[in-house]
Amino acid sequence: MKIHEYQAKDVFAKYGIPVPPGKIAFTPDEVEEIAREIGGQVVVKAQVHVGGRGKAGGIKLADGSADARAKADQILGMDIKGLKVEKVLVTKAIDIRDEYYLGITLNRDERMLVLILSAAGGIDIEEVARETPEKIAKVNIDPLIGIQDYQITQAIFGSGVDTAKSREIRSITRKLYDCYMAIDGSLAEINPLVVTTDGEVVALDAKINIDDNALFRQPELEKLMEVGADMDTIEAEARHKGIAYVHLSDGNVGVMGNGAGLVMTTMDVVSRAGGKPNNFLDIGGAATPEVVEDAFQLILMDPNVDGIFLNVFGGIVRCDVVAEGMIKAYEKLPRKVPVVLRMTGTNEDIARKMLEDTPLVYEASTETGAAKIVEMLGGKS
Amino acid sequence: MAILADKNSRILVQGITGGEGTFHTPRMIEFGTNVVAGVTPGKGGTVWQPEGIAEGVPIFDTVDAAVEETGADASVIFVPKRFAPDAVMEAADAGIEVIVAISDGIPINDMVKVYSFMEQTMTTLIGPNCPGLVSVGECKLGIMPNHIFKPGPIGVISRSGTLTYEVVNQLSEGGLGQTTCIGVGGDPVIGTSFLELLMEFEQDPATGCVVIVGEIGGSDEEDAAEFIPEMSKPVVAFISGRTAPPGKRMGHAGAIVSGGKGTAESKIKAFEAANTPVADTVPDIVRLCKESLGK
Repeated sequence: MKIHEYQAKDVFAKYGIPVPPGKIAFTPDEVEEIAREIGGQVVVKAQVHVGGRGKAGGIKLADGSADARAKADQILGMDIKGLKVEKVLVTKAIDIRDEYYLGITLNRDERMLVLILSAAGGIDIEEVARETPEKIAKVNIDPLIGIQDYQITQAIFGSGVDTAKSREIRSITRKLYDCYMAIDGSLAEINPLVVTTDGEVVALDAKINIDDNALFRQPELEKLMEVGADMDTIEAEARHKGIAYVHLSDGNVGVMGNGAGLVMTTMDVVSRAGGKPNNFLDIGGAATPEVVEDAFQLILMDPNVDGIFLNVFGGIVRCDVVAEGMIKAYEKLPRKVPVVLRMTGTNEDIARKMLEDTPLVYEASTETGAAKIVEMLGGKS
Repeated sequence: MAILADKNSRILVQGITGGEGTFHTPRMIEFGTNVVAGVTPGKGGTVWQPEGIAEGVPIFDTVDAAVEETGADASVIFVPKRFAPDAVMEAADAGIEVIVAISDGIPINDMVKVYSFMEQTMTTLIGPNCPGLVSVGECKLGIMPNHIFKPGPIGVISRSGTLTYEVVNQLSEGGLGQTTCIGVGGDPVIGTSFLELLMEFEQDPATGCVVIVGEIGGSDEEDAAEFIPEMSKPVVAFISGRTAPPGKRMGHAGAIVSGGKGTAESKIKAFEAANTPVADTVPDIVRLCKESLGK
């Protein structure tokens, strides 16, 4: 789960990480008032769950409250990579001397956490890793032992940051680590971490991702969830229904099945057969008529979908039960598109018989099923 | 022959009286698994007696007590996610040699801690978020359907559930039975990766060929590929998620291409560099196994 910059800054502040004063605003009026309270130059920052806000014109410097209002007028309501800006953070402008990067995340390859510190901040850290790897320090951390002082020292001296600021950076790093563990983070990032012209060290930006698996024990953070804020309408609807769905949007073949690996493979086979998958949808272990109906409805929300291929491996699930659900769900469909069904497992023969007098087409294998749906759609994609 | 667990393994079920445990334990017993004990704190001293199972299973409050009384040496964990990390560490601490964690949805930072804990023990952890381990004709620890397996020379390791069943089923139908089949789990942090299991299969005289069913995300496939040239037996690979868009989680928490890492292309390239055939489809896996075995 992602949270916004202003929310992440609140969390950071709670853990003692210095952030510039600022407040969230939903209207130009509110922006003007906050800018007046802060006084002097302020920055108006779009709060949307997408990177590259600055380049898209979503972050603007304003000179005084009237100018802040004018800038808010431009930013509020604007579209950044498909997401509408509904709120802005108004924050005190800072005179920057140096920009660094500080982050903690999972190092999946090492099955450890990793502390990342770089003297090249303010830009994408993956770009830094590519372009100037000497300006980046990565130190693996075992959470069972916790972050150690020498590890922070390694990061500070390996990253090219101003070592005269070691004390401040060390303190912020410790707080960031404590924060990361306490909130069940999957990413806690300060980019840039700035040294001001007055020599202070401040988190100018803040990014926190929280592990979805841990939300059950983070009730306060879970309240911040904006379902659909970083996904499109169909994905948001799927999330509401608790169905694993990913929209690819440019294809014409709806794909669903039971089990993530099987569905991914089905998409690959459809593509190999000359079709273009529109989505990934996993109906999971419980292929009840309700789930199947929801799944059909979701897939058909995209008007580009001309047909659906459903692939079920009935291990413990009974095929006749699935078939019954399919037939019922199909009857209720708002838009009758060709549906090819491939099932294998317990009571496969009964299921096959049940489908004979229906518009649902049965195929025996993933490969023939994919070929069939592509053929039924006239081979176009 | 098999790897990690066989007919002599003495199996403990953690969470035996819960929903999953109640449903799957009888199927494990039907498969021939030697289930010697169950653990449910608070129900120690009772006997778990499901319908249709001849002999009841004694329940213990702790893994320690179960190991002491029954000599259990392998465990399957069905407990809910919030108790699962603790259950894994309890079993390892009690000296269980092989743990299969079926539980899904465990927080990643918990798993990183568990992984670090496990490195200090001699225990092998399979999973979490996996369908388990089957040594054909010997034992089953997990939730895979019993009827799809046949004895034979193929070892199977996979990050999926139903896709594994699909592969095993087609191998069996194609006349290729299996030694041991293992679902390693779909999470970003898992106890045992492909590489370590390839090493196990290399040592197993009954295994003639290993199938790796990989998917996008992480670098476990690439790591495994590097070991293949050192092996005496053939490996056949398969990668799902070639059409998956970057930055999107494809159902499994671990199936994601992020920052250009974990792509299907990178994995396929790694296997090809190791002279390992990469199957395009599941039927292709069966064909390539036959070729590899000279059938």
